[in-house]
Amino acid sequence: MADEILERNAGCDRLMLVGIQRRGVQIAERIAEVMTQREGVDVPRGALDITLYRDDLQSIGPRPIVGQTHLPSALEGRVVVIVDDVLFTGRTIRAALDELADFGRPARIMLAVLIDRGGRELPIHADVVGKKITVQPGGRVDVRVPIVDGSDEVVLVGEGA
Amino acid sequence: MSSLLGKDLVGLAGLTGEQITTILDVAEPLREISERAIKKVPTLRGMTVVNLFFEPSTRTRISFEFAEKRMSADTVNVASSGSSVSKGETLVDTARNLEAMRIDMVVVRHGASGAAKFLAERIESNVINAGDGTHEHPTQGLLDLLTLRQRLGALAGRRVCIVGDVLHSRVARSNIWGLKALGAEVAVCGPRSLLPNAIHEMGVRVFGRIEAAIEWADALNILRLQLERMQGGYIPSLREYNRVFGVTSARLAAAKRELLILHPGPMNRGVEIDSDVADGPHSVILDQVTNGVAVRMAVLYLLAGQKASLADVAKGGAA
Repeated sequence: MADEILERNAGCDRLMLVGIQRRGVQIAERIAEVMTQREGVDVPRGALDITLYRDDLQSIGPRPIVGQTHLPSALEGRVVVIVDDVLFTGRTIRAALDELADFGRPARIMLAVLIDRGGRELPIHADVVGKKITVQPGGRVDVRVPIVDGSDEVVLVGEGA
Repeated sequence: MSSLLGKDLVGLAGLTGEQITTILDVAEPLREISERAIKKVPTLRGMTVVNLFFEPSTRTRISFEFAEKRMSADTVNVASSGSSVSKGETLVDTARNLEAMRIDMVVVRHGASGAAKFLAERIESNVINAGDGTHEHPTQGLLDLLTLRQRLGALAGRRVCIVGDVLHSRVARSNIWGLKALGAEVAVCGPRSLLPNAIHEMGVRVFGRIEAAIEWADALNILRLQLERMQGGYIPSLREYNRVFGVTSARLAAAKRELLILHPGPMNRGVEIDSDVADGPHSVILDQVTNGVAVRMAVLYLLAGQKASLADVAKGGAA
């Protein structure tokens, strides 16, 4: 994924990786590590918590805890790569686009996801995909990363597995 | 998922340490929103919040209003003067009339202790207490807790002394309940005439001398000496109060450790706190103000749209 992002941008001088809390942040961190190995540069990284931009807050009962949003610099002129673990309905990405717009106007926004599991409810498409899989209705994909979950794996759960 | 707070925030008494920690944990990341160029998130879009202030307030009302606007709620301010309240309408009638215009939340400040709870039990909207008489001022308590936690880390075992007019202070009561729920040790210090008689029953230590409090504490929360108390004969004179209980840099210099200095404002410089302490390196008074907006955003976020639980409805029906 790191290589593909670099290739599509002819290097990384304008890149900024923005992970979506919480697992997207960890994956962005890993992509940045690979980029450092390849190009010897430290790509700036940010974190985005989209909770306050969700479109279903009124319908989900108890409020989810809000995480930290942090962007390392202004977005103007940057190529921002949104990084998340699983792309499903696309609603999280819609919220992330709204939130980024409140911070500024990047030259370009791209989307990189580890897993694309299909099932979109909005016209949203990933630019860089780690792996595309098909999941039956009712199934779930869990991405586990060491800092959050203590393990490092992708698991199919439920009827689709 | 957060644990439920219920429909209203009437006070910190009765909240668990876990519930208070949830509010503080939500408030922490919300601070960042006020640093953005566009200081607004769409979370409460379409919600109407009424700030119903029966007592004068500048800081608290403005802080609530910023919090509401930064969460994209629509706000209306109702003050007691110049409204139907001055024509003798009761609290409940005022609130029910507002509710008939389809509002979602009420932030209420009232001179009578218990006013917020009274209102919360009688209307469907979410109620947030912005100070009721000498009872509680929960969002002030929460912002003090957040400020302390940022500087001291976990508050369990930490020592906080509340200095001054504890008798008339809703801030003191919210602080005592909140700090104790988080496991902190709490003390009060002030002239006997300004401490409630049964204060030790709240499980706090009592200091009669400010020097002893300074030696004991990690942080001092210095209350405003409410000057209107002067007429009540609670203290002989402002000068004497400053001489005996004033927090001065000379007194702080004698402390074994560096104390954090909090004050809920508005300050009487040269009375309960000296200027060089208020503006000194250990003062977190302006942090308190910044945290106030974040804490109120967190409370709005956690309560908005929450309905009374079935148990609460049953209780209200019986009353």
